[in-house]
Amino acid sequence: MSTLFLAADLVSVFVRSIFIDNMIFAYFLGMCSYLAVSKNVKTALGLGIAVVFVLTITVPLNWLLLNKVLKEGALAWISPSLAKVDLSFLAFIMFIATIASMTQLVEMLVEKLSPELYGALGIFLPLIAVNCSILGGSLFMQERDYEFAEATVFGLGSGVGWMIAIVAIAAIRMRLRYSDVPAPLKGLGITFILTGLMGIAFMSFLGITL
Amino acid sequence: MSEVAVQNPVEKKPLIGKKERKLITDPLSDNNPVTIQVLGICSALAVTTQMKPTMVMALSVTAVVALSNFVISLMRNAIPPRIRIIVQLTVVSVLVILVDQALKAYMYDISKQLSVFVGLIITNCIVMGRLEAYAMGNKPVPSLLDGLGNGFGYGFVILTVAFFRELLGSGKIFGFQVIPDAMYEAGYVNNGLMMIPAGALFVVACFIWVQRSLAKHLEEKE
Repeated sequence: MSTLFLAADLVSVFVRSIFIDNMIFAYFLGMCSYLAVSKNVKTALGLGIAVVFVLTITVPLNWLLLNKVLKEGALAWISPSLAKVDLSFLAFIMFIATIASMTQLVEMLVEKLSPELYGALGIFLPLIAVNCSILGGSLFMQERDYEFAEATVFGLGSGVGWMIAIVAIAAIRMRLRYSDVPAPLKGLGITFILTGLMGIAFMSFLGITL
Repeated sequence: MSEVAVQNPVEKKPLIGKKERKLITDPLSDNNPVTIQVLGICSALAVTTQMKPTMVMALSVTAVVALSNFVISLMRNAIPPRIRIIVQLTVVSVLVILVDQALKAYMYDISKQLSVFVGLIITNCIVMGRLEAYAMGNKPVPSLLDGLGNGFGYGFVILTVAFFRELLGSGKIFGFQVIPDAMYEAGYVNNGLMMIPAGALFVVACFIWVQRSLAKHLEEKE
């Protein structure tokens, strides 16, 4: 019964993070690369996969860091005398250090293990260290007090949501080349309006409860 | 005479000269970080439902951009190029931690309202963008001014967005009601679109539209 409960909870976190709390449409995280790299579908998909990859790794890692090292009393497993230590003010710097080193590590691993994948993702991986959606994932994890399994699923779901958003906008922008947009709105302006319209469309998922 | 003075800036250099003033005024319009350089959109949109938190956010970002530009510019010759991103992130996150602690201590409510977006100043593209584009190659004082200018440019856009969102979305400015009750009794209704995330995108799009219609040279060519 309890495992069933847990599974249902995880599914709910997963679906929420993709559709309802979508990184782009609900929180505008990762907008810089979303706007810069959404000119064609193939590169958008490459960046999307890289983001899913890094989010799924960094959110659970930062969860461990937060709950086993930084939180008040989290150091008690080393020695009871450390039970009063509260290092949570260091959270930002530790999170960003994890993210920067993980992207570096992932880049090296991918280069070694799969040169083809590296060819596809290579240029995007260093960019990801400064993508707000990655740090945002860890900060939301901290704010919402997820369990370990929930945090992992949340990282995966947010990544998938971000990927769906960037691939969809890239597909729309490719069609947009043949349409007659007012000159001052070309490029950036119309992309904002499109994102807004897509955001409204995604709001229709709000009614779903799991 | 004036030309000579410009050519010899070393002899009698005012604190805020022509070049320095340009560093501050340029990012307000022609080189605006949000609408022209397309940086820092993430937080620009999420915090702008009301003017008060927006103001705090603008000041925090300005402080972080200016100070991190200054610090990185001081260290620019000592940073090995390969690890510069990590060094920059470390400096920026230390400054953001300071801002976050200050907000938690003195403005707890607003800090709660801004929630994760204070932490996200670390990855705000304006900060990293200015560090890479300006502070790594320029002296500390111009870098500080460049940071201030870009912070103000960012603040200008998000305050404008927040002004329209708060006015149209809840009929208030800085939390004070400006649309009289009589209007509501006569059937006026607040625009709910402004309160949802999509509203921010439309307001920014209109901002860009107006700005680029006024200054034709800023239009994008495809």
